[in-house]
Parts: sequence; C-alpha cells; structure tokens
Amino acid sequence: MNLHTLQTALAIPDLFLAAMASVILVLGLFADEKKRDLLCYWLSVATLVSTAFLVIADFSTESAVAFNGLFVDDPMADLCKVAICLLSAVVFIYGRDYNRQRGLFKNEYYVLGLFAVCGMMVMSSANHLLTLYLGLELMSLCLYAMIAFYRDDQLAVESAMKYFVLGALASSILLYGMSLLYGMTGSLALPAIATQLAGVEPGDLSLALAVVLVVVALAFKLGAVPFHMWVPDVYHGSPTSTTAFISAAPKIAAFAIVLRLLIGGLGDQHGLWQEMLVILALLSVAAGNIIAIAQKNLKRLLAYSAISHMGFFLFGILSGTAAGYSASLFYVLVYATMSGAAFGLILYLSGKDFESDRLSDLRGLGRRSPGIALMVLILMFSMAGVPPTAGFFAKLSVIQALVDANLAWVAVTAVILAVIGAYYYLRIIKLVYFDPPEIERPLNSPADHQYTLALNVFLIVAILPWIGKLISLCNQAIARFVY
Amino acid sequence: MDSNLLSLLIWSPVIAGILVLATGGDERAGIARKLALGFSVAIFLLSIPLYTGFDTMTPDMQFTEHYPWISAFSIHYALGVDGISMPLILLTTLLTVVVVIAGWQVITDRVAQYMAAFLIMEGIMIGVFASLDAVLFYVFWEAMLIPMFLVIGIWGGPNRIYATIKFFLYTLLGSLLMLVAILYLYNASGGSFSILDYHALPIGLQPQILVFLAFFCAFAVKVPMFPVHTWLPDAHVEAPTGGSVILAAIMLKMGGYGFLRFSLPVTPDASHELAGFVIALSLIAVVYIALVALVQQDMKKLIAYSSISHMGFVTLGLFVFNAQGAEGAMMQMISHGFISGALFLCVGVLYDRMHSRLIESYGGIATPMPVFAAFMVLFAMANSGLPGTSGFVGEFLVILGAFQANPWFAILAALTLVFGAAYTLWMIKRVVYGKVASNAVAALDDLNGREILMLSILAGMVLLVGIWPNPFLEVMHASIDNLVQHVEVSKCPVICR
Repeated sequence: MNLHTLQTALAIPDLFLAAMASVILVLGLFADEKKRDLLCYWLSVATLVSTAFLVIADFSTESAVAFNGLFVDDPMADLCKVAICLLSAVVFIYGRDYNRQRGLFKNEYYVLGLFAVCGMMVMSSANHLLTLYLGLELMSLCLYAMIAFYRDDQLAVESAMKYFVLGALASSILLYGMSLLYGMTGSLALPAIATQLAGVEPGDLSLALAVVLVVVALAFKLGAVPFHMWVPDVYHGSPTSTTAFISAAPKIAAFAIVLRLLIGGLGDQHGLWQEMLVILALLSVAAGNIIAIAQKNLKRLLAYSAISHMGFFLFGILSGTAAGYSASLFYVLVYATMSGAAFGLILYLSGKDFESDRLSDLRGLGRRSPGIALMVLILMFSMAGVPPTAGFFAKLSVIQALVDANLAWVAVTAVILAVIGAYYYLRIIKLVYFDPPEIERPLNSPADHQYTLALNVFLIVAILPWIGKLISLCNQAIARFVY
Repeated sequence: MDSNLLSLLIWSPVIAGILVLATGGDERAGIARKLALGFSVAIFLLSIPLYTGFDTMTPDMQFTEHYPWISAFSIHYALGVDGISMPLILLTTLLTVVVVIAGWQVITDRVAQYMAAFLIMEGIMIGVFASLDAVLFYVFWEAMLIPMFLVIGIWGGPNRIYATIKFFLYTLLGSLLMLVAILYLYNASGGSFSILDYHALPIGLQPQILVFLAFFCAFAVKVPMFPVHTWLPDAHVEAPTGGSVILAAIMLKMGGYGFLRFSLPVTPDASHELAGFVIALSLIAVVYIALVALVQQDMKKLIAYSSISHMGFVTLGLFVFNAQGAEGAMMQMISHGFISGALFLCVGVLYDRMHSRLIESYGGIATPMPVFAAFMVLFAMANSGLPGTSGFVGEFLVILGAFQANPWFAILAALTLVFGAAYTLWMIKRVVYGKVASNAVAALDDLNGREILMLSILAGMVLLVGIWPNPFLEVMHASIDNLVQHVEVSKCPVICR
C-alpha cells in the first residue's frame, strides 16, 4: 500500500493543519520566551486562514473517499471546513486581549485550539464510525483542556469537570450505539452500514435501540433538551474566549456528524428518528427560549439561546428532505457566525479584572459607543430572526422545509416560540439603547478586534443581496451528499 | 415600462439615513438636521414622476423591476406599483418631510440617529408598498418595526419601554403567522413567491379560510382592528411626535394595504365567507371606540382612539365589496394620513410648550395662540368629516358603499359621524375655547415659522383632497375596479358561493 492508493491528496488541508499544530507545539518549546506566545498566536491564526484557503483552492465538486474509505471529501465537508477554520481564526482574534489579561495567552492554548479544529475537520469528513469518533474525541478533549486552562478560576475548573464527565457519558452512549450497529451490519463504514440496514425491518428492536442510543448521544453533544443541562454551566463557567470558541465552530462540526450519522448511515431509518427529533427540537426551542427570559447573565442567556437555535437546526434535519438538510446547513452556518460575533462583543466589552457578562453591564451602551450598540442591535435582531438579517433567512428556510414536509403544525409552534424568544433579544436592545449607562469604563480594544468584529456583524446584513448564492451553495453541498 | 425609479425611491432614503448617521454626535446636530431635510425634500421631488408618469387607464403594475434574488426558493427582487400603492408612496414621501421639520427643534438628544431612523423608515415603507414578491414584502414589513421600535424606545415618554415592547411583540406575532400563510401559498402555487401569481391561484374554500385568517392576524393588528388594537394607544402616547405621525399616517395604512393586496384578491371566497365577521369588528371599532375616545383625558390617547375608529371605516369599506366602498376606503386612508398626522403635530406643538397632554391643563388657547387655534379647528373639523375637507370624501364614499350592501351598516357607520364630531369638538371646546385656564397658558407663544410651515403643508392637502378629490380618485380608479371584479369571481375549484 502506498500513499497514492490512500488518496492522501484529498486530505491535504487537514494534514497541513495537523502538521502546523505540531510545528507550533515544538516551536513553543524552543522559541524565545518573551516572543513565544505572540508568535504562536499569529502562526495559529495564519495556519487557520491558510487551511481555509487550501480547502477553497481545492473545493470538491463531487465526493471522493480516501484512506480506504475512512475519509470522504465532498462539497459539504469542504463548506464546513472553510467555515470552521475561518470562524476559529476570528474567535482567536477576539480572545487575544482577554486571554492576555488573564494569563491564558500561552502557546499551549492555541495548540489545543488547533488540534480541536483538526478534530472538527476530521468530523466533517468522517465516512466511518471510527473516524467520526476519533474526530469527536479529539475535539472534545481539547475543549475540556481549553476550559480548564483557566486553572485559577473555580467556575472554569468546575465547568471543565462537568463538561468532561457528561461529554464522556455521551461518548460512551454513542459508542454503545455504534457497537450495536457494528453487530448488526458487520461494518463500521457508514455507506456499508446504510446498505446493510436497507433490508432490516423497521420494527427491529436492536436497530431501534441503536438508533435511540445514537440520537441520545448526538442530542447530548448538541445540547438539545432534555440533554442540555451542561450547556449553560459550560458557557457560563468557561473563560469567555473559550466560550466563544465552543459556541461557534463546533456547532458546524456537530452538524456534520449529525448529517453523516443520521442521514448518511441511518437515512432509511428516517421514520424511527424523526419523531424523536420532533420532540427534542420542540422541547429545545421551548425551554431554551423560555428559560432565557429569566437569565441575568449574558453568557447563560446566550447558552439558552444556543439551545433554542439547536432546536431550530434540528427542525431542518427532521424534515427528512434535501431542502431541509440544506436549510439546516445554512442555519448552522449563520448561527455559528452570529454566535461567534456575540461572544466577540462580550470580549470587546470585557477588560482586565472585568467580565462584562452581566446583562446590566450593557446598560446605556448606545451612549457609550453608538457603533458597538449598532452591532448589538443587528446581532440581536438577527438571532431573533427579524428581517432584514441573515438570521431571518435561516429561519425562513427551516420553516419552509417544515411546511414542505407536511409538518405545518411544527412550523406554527416554532413560529410562536420564536416570538417568545424575541422578547429577551429585545430586552438586550432595550438595555443598550433605552437605559442610561451604569458604568463608565472606557472601551478600548485593539483595532484588529474592532475591525474583525465590525466585518463579522455587518456581514450578517451586507450578505443579503448575495444570500441566494450562499443558499445555492448549501443546496449543492447537500445535493451531492452521496456515498 | 422599464425604469429603476422605485429602487431609487427605496434605497436613496436608506443611504441618506446612513449618511446622516455618519455625522455622528450631537455637536454636529445642525448638519444632521439640514442634511435630513435636504434629503427628504429631494426624495419627495424624486417621487413626483411616479404620479406624473402614471398611466391611469390600466390596472396593471407600472414602473416594474424584476431581478432574481434567491434562486433556490425562486425569490425575486420584484417591484411595481398600481393605483392602490402609488398614492400611499407619495403620502410616505410627503409626510417624511413634515416629520423632519417637526423634529427640528424638538429633538435635541441623538439628533442624527433620530433623523436617520425616519429616513431609513421611509425607504422601508416605500419598499412595503412597492414589493411584488411576498418574501421581499415580508422583509420590508418586518424591517419597519426595527426603526419604529427604537424611535419609541429612545425618544418616547416615561412608559416608553412597556409601549415599545408591546408594539413590537404584537406586530411580530401577527406577521409571523402571515409568513406561514405565505409559505403555504408558495407550496400551493408550486414554488412561487410572486404576489401576482397568488392572485390567480385557485384554492379551495377551507384552505382559503385558513390563509385568510393568518393574513388577517397580521393586518388586523396593524390596522388595528378591535380587539387587537390595545397596542396603539400605548404606542401613540409614548412615541415622540414624529413617531406618532408616521405610526398613524402610514403604518396603520399598511394594514389596509395588506387587505387590498393580499386578503381580498388571494382569498376572495374566504373574504366573502368571513365578511360578516370583519364588518362586525369594523362597526364595533367605529361605534364603541368612538365612545371610548369620548372619555379620554389625554389628547394623544383621544386621537389614537379616533384613529382606530376611523380605520374601522377603512375595513368596512373594503369588505362591502363594491367600488364605492373600496375607493372610499382608499380615500379614507389617505385623508386620515393627513388629518391624524396633523392632529398629532398639533398636540406636539402644545406639548413642547406646556409638557402636558392632558385636556384639563389647557383652555382658551385661542387667545394667546390664534394662528394655532385656526389650524387646530380646521383639522378637528376635517376629523369629524366636515364637507369640503378630506375627511368627508372617504367617509361619504364608504357610507355610500355600505348602504348598497346593507342599509343598517350605513346607519351604524353614520353614527360615527355624530360621535366623531362629539369627541373632536368637545376636545376643541375644552382646549381652544373658553376662559384662559392659567397664567402658563396665557403666556404661550404662538406658532413659529417652522410650525406654520409643517401645518400648512398638511392643511393644504386636507383642503385639496376635500375640494377636488378627482386627481386622487382618478389614479386609483382602474386598479380598484379591477380588484372589485376580481373579488367577485370565485377561486374555488368547485362552486362554493
């Protein structure tokens, strides 16, 4: 077996990222102590951006497998990888000053981040249960460490512990489901599983058990109600720079494995998992939106908002149509962009010894800084799904998929819950624009943070004339989603 | 006819708004004001070719534009106007000029943001009236809430936060149900978001009723109709004067416009089926809300309730299904735009001087403010439907149309002329005439040049429409006739009425 038969060329971006992560790790050992961290930071950002460009340069138009079927390179994987790399780079920029002020600005932090991104890329391209699990664990272990990195902070250590225990539990459930699938089909490759299961009767008990276990594990990872308990604590307890990281790119990777497992592997069992997803999605949207109203902490509020957004994302998956999967992909891309920007804003407002994570910290921001206030405005309306923002089109495409799949009642319920959700986004705008300022801290963050943030937020509105192109891209990514 | 006039009218106010916003803080407020005035006048002049170039003989869409936007869902950037939407666009551009003048001295805090909000809102409102694609329409329809939400919340009165959140959530809930209806129509039409396709789409009675009700939620909240009107008095009372003017003069018209553009032509059978229900709600609004207006202590609240009552005429005129009724409804919408806007400005003038909107704070202001009193009495007369003012034309036509449908409707509706005169004139008697109430009132200054200018524009329009309504009726005639005929033809696959 030589490298040629392995089709290594397909995985060049992933390999480049892994190699660079190792180089940066070694560099950290030998570089001059004073310049080490900054050098590693900039190298990490540059690596992520160049990886994204490597993926774009070789954007696949059809799917091809590598490493004897362990790895697949298709348009969906490429789209996810570009978004994952760029968002992670952006989030690194947001977190730089925050990390520096808290002693987290260490080369190891960024190496962990790069390996997590590597895990996400492997998840996006997984064509085999083992690859999928490997990517998932690579990502998760790095994330646990990135939270615990803030080791002097009690909350951070606690949430790392919680995340680790529950994450391990979810992984073991996933492994159990996978082992059942292996037992039934004799294969770990997703396409083979799909073919083998095609003939199994829908009433088969062991198959049902396997599907339930897989769905539960995915729900855990996504943070769908009732498996959401860890989300608020982890979002709240983690250093904000890490929360920003967790809240953006991993959602896209999660989309990828949901799609690979449920549609790629268990697509014929659609009837089995659809009803479970309906309940998970509705509960997530309802609980996420309602509990968010009671929150006083911005990070917790965004965590509940994330739960409800995951519910919306599941609506697209459960519709069981190509249009629905494409809507979900579009939704998750838009959501991850918004979420990264939201935490970027919190990081912007935070300072040394000051976590700007209480809702009341936003009071009177409209007077302190009209520009930042306008960004909060756009972001909140986009999260609430009010036009003219990308968030509206994301919700529109998901709801359209639901109506299309004869699930109009789910669509109407989702819409009503979205109005409830609009309330807490409006309350944030109220704090920003209508209330007098409470604190008079001057806002000074580095220019690159400021410009990246502005670009990130205004993209949510400025993309509208070209949003049709992005939706078509998602459609193509899903349409060619074949094994 | 191929031109980009409508796009220009939609996007130039938005860009103007961004430019005004860029002038920054209040130290450059003067520049922001002048820029805003210059832009709003320029945009009004720009909108005049819409009238002069309009072909009154055809009910077809004119000034159309059509570009693909989101091809995956066949969403288009499609614009066009007919005799129903064109007058409303002119109303928007004219009133924006008035609002900019009205905010000139009154707004001293965050001036650039205030002016920018109204300019951006102007563009969005023109977008609502000009959209021929349901998603584009929806985008503008919802986007409009954002600047209004901020205007009430930032520059509003003491209870502004309650009022603005109520306003937002009420309208959002209604609109989202409309969105579901639009998505249903998209699927039923085999993948089209074109509003004109929906007009021609045959639908069975049962789905028509559901679609009608979903649209009804959105439009009834906007109009607003009894019993979903409660957000309006709150929003009006708390909004700054400019916000109240736009809210009453244009935003409420969007509900009426929605009925004309969606409910009647898309679901004609359901409209006939449920006409009794809508007419009943309209008559309750006309009579009951007029009685509510009678007992108000706060002038802004009184005018807000008067608006609801007058908008009841609009929905009544639309659902009697004849040309007089529909033309009357359109005239009533335009006339109400001028009159309610003017009355809110009058209250604003008083409020700026006395910081009170309560009727009891005033009395005998004709003595210190004779010019103001003349304007206020004129608008009050117009509000109670005096012949020779614009208020008469619409109400007369609607009553005429209602009489053809059922004389009792006409009799009940005519009652409002009595009630309308009662609450308006009673307010005038207590505020304008009588003994001078206090030293503060006696010391009031009369109108300054700026205030005379803004009120004269509206007074001129009220008299023009009242004395010579033909130029307005002419442009809408062909479209309204076409609509009335369209509604008479059943769309059910099987006979259902």
